[in-house]
Amino acid sequence: MTDTALATAPARRWTMPDLTALSPFIALAALLLLGALVSDRFLTYDNLVNVATRSAFIAIIAVGATFVIASAGLDLSVGSMAALVAGVMIFVMNAVGAPGAATPGFLAALSGIVGTSPTGALVAGVGIALILSVLCGLANGLVVTYGRIEPFIVTLGTMGIFRALIVWLAAGGTITMRSFELREAYRPVYFGTLLGIPIPIVVFLAVALVGAVVLYKTAFGRHIVALGSNEDVARYSGVPIDRVRILAYAIQGLCVGIAVLVYVPRLGSATPTTGLLWELQAITAVVIGGTALKGGTGRIWGTVVGAVILELVANIMVLSSLVSEYLVGAVQGAIIIVAMLVQRSLQRRR
Amino acid sequence: MAPVLRADRVSKSFGPVEVLSDVVLSLDPGEVHAVIGENGAGKSTLMRVLSGHLPPTKGGLVLDGEPVTLSGPVDAEHRGIVLIHQEILLADDLTIAQNLFLGREVRRGPFVDDAAMRRRAAEALAELGSTLAPDTLVRRLSIAERQFVQIARALLVPHRVVIFDEPTAVLTPIEADKLFAVIRRLRASGTAVLYISHRLPEVKAIADRVTVLRDGRLVATREIAGLEPIEMARLMVGRDMSKLYPEKPPLAGGDPVLAVRDARVPGFVDGVSFSLRRGEILGFGGLVGAGRTELFEGLMGLRPFSGAVEVDGRAMRFRDAAQAFAAGVAYVSEDRKGRGLLLGQSLRANLTLAALDRFTRGPIIDVGAEERALSGAIREFDIRARRPDLLASQLSGGNQQKLLLAKIMLLEPRIVIIDEPTRGVDIGTKEQIYRFIAGLSAQGRSVVVISSEMPELIGLCHRVLVMRNGGLAGEVGGADLTEDAIVFLATGVHEDDAARIAAGRSTHGAAPRAGHA
Repeated sequence: MTDTALATAPARRWTMPDLTALSPFIALAALLLLGALVSDRFLTYDNLVNVATRSAFIAIIAVGATFVIASAGLDLSVGSMAALVAGVMIFVMNAVGAPGAATPGFLAALSGIVGTSPTGALVAGVGIALILSVLCGLANGLVVTYGRIEPFIVTLGTMGIFRALIVWLAAGGTITMRSFELREAYRPVYFGTLLGIPIPIVVFLAVALVGAVVLYKTAFGRHIVALGSNEDVARYSGVPIDRVRILAYAIQGLCVGIAVLVYVPRLGSATPTTGLLWELQAITAVVIGGTALKGGTGRIWGTVVGAVILELVANIMVLSSLVSEYLVGAVQGAIIIVAMLVQRSLQRRR
Repeated sequence: MAPVLRADRVSKSFGPVEVLSDVVLSLDPGEVHAVIGENGAGKSTLMRVLSGHLPPTKGGLVLDGEPVTLSGPVDAEHRGIVLIHQEILLADDLTIAQNLFLGREVRRGPFVDDAAMRRRAAEALAELGSTLAPDTLVRRLSIAERQFVQIARALLVPHRVVIFDEPTAVLTPIEADKLFAVIRRLRASGTAVLYISHRLPEVKAIADRVTVLRDGRLVATREIAGLEPIEMARLMVGRDMSKLYPEKPPLAGGDPVLAVRDARVPGFVDGVSFSLRRGEILGFGGLVGAGRTELFEGLMGLRPFSGAVEVDGRAMRFRDAAQAFAAGVAYVSEDRKGRGLLLGQSLRANLTLAALDRFTRGPIIDVGAEERALSGAIREFDIRARRPDLLASQLSGGNQQKLLLAKIMLLEPRIVIIDEPTRGVDIGTKEQIYRFIAGLSAQGRSVVVISSEMPELIGLCHRVLVMRNGGLAGEVGGADLTEDAIVFLATGVHEDDAARIAAGRSTHGAAPRAGHA
């Protein structure tokens, strides 16, 4: 109502930076300061690198969750999916590396192609893990899109299905990498470094970078945000909303797969409790990062910082004796609520 | 007669920007006082000050001769000042009676007294001349009926000043006529009515006095007698508006560019056939709910649709909007905020959304090209934005409409379907949009205009098809293109009666009639 013609008002006034976008970074800085105050072991290179490495799984999964949530969807199945993919991956590597009479025909054939060396088993395991994770994501996306069911319900269902499948596959126990050579060959993916940086950190930065480019720079990314902003407007604008939505869930699946690749060499096994509550941590990271749960915005770098914040909080609690470390979950839970309150009050002020 | 409510040199600033300066307005009991002005003239700000939603920066309000400070809308309601919002604010899943008493339920002990509320709701509705049953779910009601419920709810509290904010924006002429009956009843009971509208003929029909605002300042307050719509428009815009509609471009012959046979949209359209020629501006008239919007949404692949569609003689079937765009057919929705623009996104993202593949290099969006397209659109369509990095929600209605048109024109469509091109748009922008549409025709593009504003169809279109109840009621063109003819086809109501309704030329104090709907 106070519009002035643009041509006559070229002067750009300094505007207030968007605090919603900055708040996760401010919180990160505050936590670093707090950590330095409570423990002199906190601000060491080893400790900080350790924190970043441990946050890698959640960060990678949360990058995928940023796509789903920005498109106004939700995926609760990522934790169960991670457990299932990890279990299947180890199962495949065991079978391909040492095929026996009980090995299913498909895996025995695969073993014939890639060979029974640790490298062959690794290639087969990685390939199957990525394919399976994308298929799990696609399943979520297809049911949400063509079944026209709330994503909350669909992924609540697949969360239970994936979890039950891993329990069944492990017969209630643990699936462990049997071959010592294989474990040694795979170990560096979690414990190794590239140019002095632990590989999980390299992977997580690479995933975040690719995620940011896709979300911010491509037409697909724009379509994700448009879909999350207002589905009708996207449809009336000719956006292929079904494809965009399905792809968002497939990307989430792929990110789970990548996280599993980094996770498996850490312990070398998968159990029915693998990945428990990861979905909550991933969603928390996304929300702390400034992405609104109702969709229409996606902040990849905020998400990454959110994942690091979650791990930093746990780290500070372990290093200090202020609060029992058994309460880590409670503090992380409180953080998501506080993050929402801060976002809300910032939005109201705008 | 002493004014019941007076705005005494009211000014309102947002930051450094003064949107209302030194406005004086007085409301007498038993008068209908219209406030008119272009979008951004300060009408809604003035209204929000009067109803306690905004405190004035300078000046004040005088109620019954006493200076008064309203602490908020609730305080204003306690003092008898009621604002009837433009948007429908009702709970869909509650009944009419439950909505009327929402938040002020009648109780008997700890329980709500449904019987009493139902009875009082029925009385309130009857008082407005409505026959709606109080037990009907609001979800089942038409937009017009919902607005009635909203008015009934507002009038439940004791009221002395009632402010209507563009109440007829979503109403057909017949529905509007019912509303006018309500307003006349309010006036007869001594209530002061403040009436804000873009539609000048209906202001002429309903108002006793008119106050004109322009750029936040008072231009004039005039008695309605002798003040014709054309003069009101001149006061609003500050220049002569006698030529609102441009010359219709001459129509070249030739084969139809679009031919539709036996179009059906389940539940809305039942066998409609028509054809559109090159450079033609084809109007679609009819009442809201006649199936015009659904027909074209179906054609675009946005709804289930059956029927034969030929573009340039080739049979086509669009499964989604993208396929229609590829064939050179584009649709501008009537629902600007719900289906046209992403309100929470930037102007740039909105502008290029439909034609995004024209702004990519490989998979990557060329932001520079987008920025250039935005500056081009801002210039070409005269989009007035304080800064180019605004969100779409921060534009006024008229500028949003221009942005939406710019967005669709990036597709370079040969057939442009525009649904309610000037809904909620001020008269200056209207003129620009009319010139734009005539320009499309002059460039050889074909245009379909769906409109509920009859002067618009007549002033703009070569030919008008009128729909009624999902079917085609008839066609008018050339010398036959009159409001009487369109209204007759749209309603089936006898012409003399219909013309009076359509033009809003009802005589004052006419006995309220049962609706024709």
